[in-house]
Amino acid sequence: MQTNGHEHVIEVTGLRRVYGGGFEAVRGVDFSVRRGEVFALLGTNGAGKTSTVELLEGLAAPAGGRVRVLGHDPYTERAAVRPRTGVMLQEGGFPSELTVAETARMWAGCVSGARPPAEVLALVGLESKTGTRVKQLSGGQRRRLDLALALLGDPEVLFLDEPSTGLDAEGRRDTWELVSALRDRGTTVLLTTHYLEEAENLADRLAIMHEGRIAATGTPAEVTAAQPSRISFELPEGYFVGDLPPLDGLGISGHEVEGRMVRLRTHELQRAATGLLVWAGQAGVELRRLDVRSASLEEAFLSIAKDVSGRSADATAAGTPDGTTKEYAT
Amino acid sequence: MSATGTKHAASAVNSPVSTPRTRMTALARAELTLLGRNKGTLFAALFVPLVLPFSVKSAAKEMDLAGAGLTTGTLVLPAAIGFSLLFAVYSALVGVFVVRREELVLKRLRTGELRDVEILTGSATPALLSGLVQSLLLAAGCAVLLDLSAPSAVHLSVLGLLLGLVLCAALAGVTASFTRTGESAQVTPLPFMFVSMLGSGMFVPLELLPDRLAAVCELLPMTPVITLIRGGWTGDLTGGETLGAVVTAVAWTVLAVFAVRRWFRWEPRH
Repeated sequence: MQTNGHEHVIEVTGLRRVYGGGFEAVRGVDFSVRRGEVFALLGTNGAGKTSTVELLEGLAAPAGGRVRVLGHDPYTERAAVRPRTGVMLQEGGFPSELTVAETARMWAGCVSGARPPAEVLALVGLESKTGTRVKQLSGGQRRRLDLALALLGDPEVLFLDEPSTGLDAEGRRDTWELVSALRDRGTTVLLTTHYLEEAENLADRLAIMHEGRIAATGTPAEVTAAQPSRISFELPEGYFVGDLPPLDGLGISGHEVEGRMVRLRTHELQRAATGLLVWAGQAGVELRRLDVRSASLEEAFLSIAKDVSGRSADATAAGTPDGTTKEYAT
Repeated sequence: MSATGTKHAASAVNSPVSTPRTRMTALARAELTLLGRNKGTLFAALFVPLVLPFSVKSAAKEMDLAGAGLTTGTLVLPAAIGFSLLFAVYSALVGVFVVRREELVLKRLRTGELRDVEILTGSATPALLSGLVQSLLLAAGCAVLLDLSAPSAVHLSVLGLLLGLVLCAALAGVTASFTRTGESAQVTPLPFMFVSMLGSGMFVPLELLPDRLAAVCELLPMTPVITLIRGGWTGDLTGGETLGAVVTAVAWTVLAVFAVRRWFRWEPRH
């Protein structure tokens, strides 16, 4: 299939989604995804990732703004878009009493240009489970079946909503390899995740969503670079922040003091750390619990979750969500 | 997980494009497999409509059938087909629609190339077929066991049966729109089933009801279906009565389709 000159396979402008009760899950989102790119929507539970992806999949009409997938409106021009997209929903969607093979065969009949079901089942490592009923599969196996079905039509654009949630470490790595292989052959992939590692590993570009908005976007390196590096340490008894060399002179952009703990933020980590350590050496001060840390995606993620809302739960802000909290859109 | 296989450009050219027919066939086949595995639905759908007619037959002894121009056969067969439509089609489909929604199957199907109407039609096909086959078997059975003669206006019976199938499927969609869980789907079909059995000429022919009550009952959704099927055998229906029945059945079907388009939910609420 030709690209028809669509450099951007997915274009989203001013996107909004409002649920029946008046809850505004997506509040003006803009981004675009180029052909052959892996784009990750990152965010805590309830950030609006799934609500956004469902609009891209054409499952609902947006309350405002515009979505184009392969140059078409995925909701009103379903017939033009669907044969070229593959979708992996956040959960389920299979009759529990069908076997894996029966489920794949059913979906193959509904998909244009379907690959042999056995082929995609082997691709996700389910070839030994073809005779098993869906209800007897583990959560991870169901995710893989879902991925297999999304790949059945050999789509140009793949939507993966939390593809590795519920997978063990090995299954997650397998999924990453599969997604990378798909990208290498030119498939455009939009995935949502709350695993920072996943976004860092897979995504060419990413957007961090928070409370229905995009709080940061770019390549993982760009998003990370926008964040300050951090130095923290404990000052011994009798020393105060005022005893440090002038912070401006060390390239330090901000600091916090909590008891004896001092936290510094800087965009010039080497200069700041050197200045601090030289001072400590000369003054004979022992900086206990010294921690010097480059900016990371995790820092970016945490600072966004913390900045924008003090009320977001600690469990989700800690970056280890348990996955049991429901997204609004499911 | 190893190689990812062929490049999409190549396979998209070589493999067949899905059509409404391939999609609905695939869906119907899966749904038929599921019907075979759901013993509860299977029992209610296949067994009950074959047993209930015996209670109608025993009740028939108390009625003045000859006065209404009826025989045991023309009383029992339309009722039996009515039971089949209510149990094997209407009630079974409410369950199918609600359970598939609960399992998020409907949502998943909507992510693909299937149009909404194909999803509902494909899912309904096995139940519609079982209703159709059952009705034909019941007609054959009544002909043998109750000495029922061949219908004098067979086209009316066929029309009634087809309208009944479409109407029951559409009404199942309406009921499913207002049913939240698979558990409540065992209860929500009951009101319409009771009303139909009592008021649509299944247990008691409208001819034996007081005129004013009969006039109201004529407007119930299932009444024209039973009337047409029975009329096909007795040959008693006037042109006006036939037209009235067809218009009533079509009107209910149109209303039901409108309601499904307006209110059918594809995802569970939270």
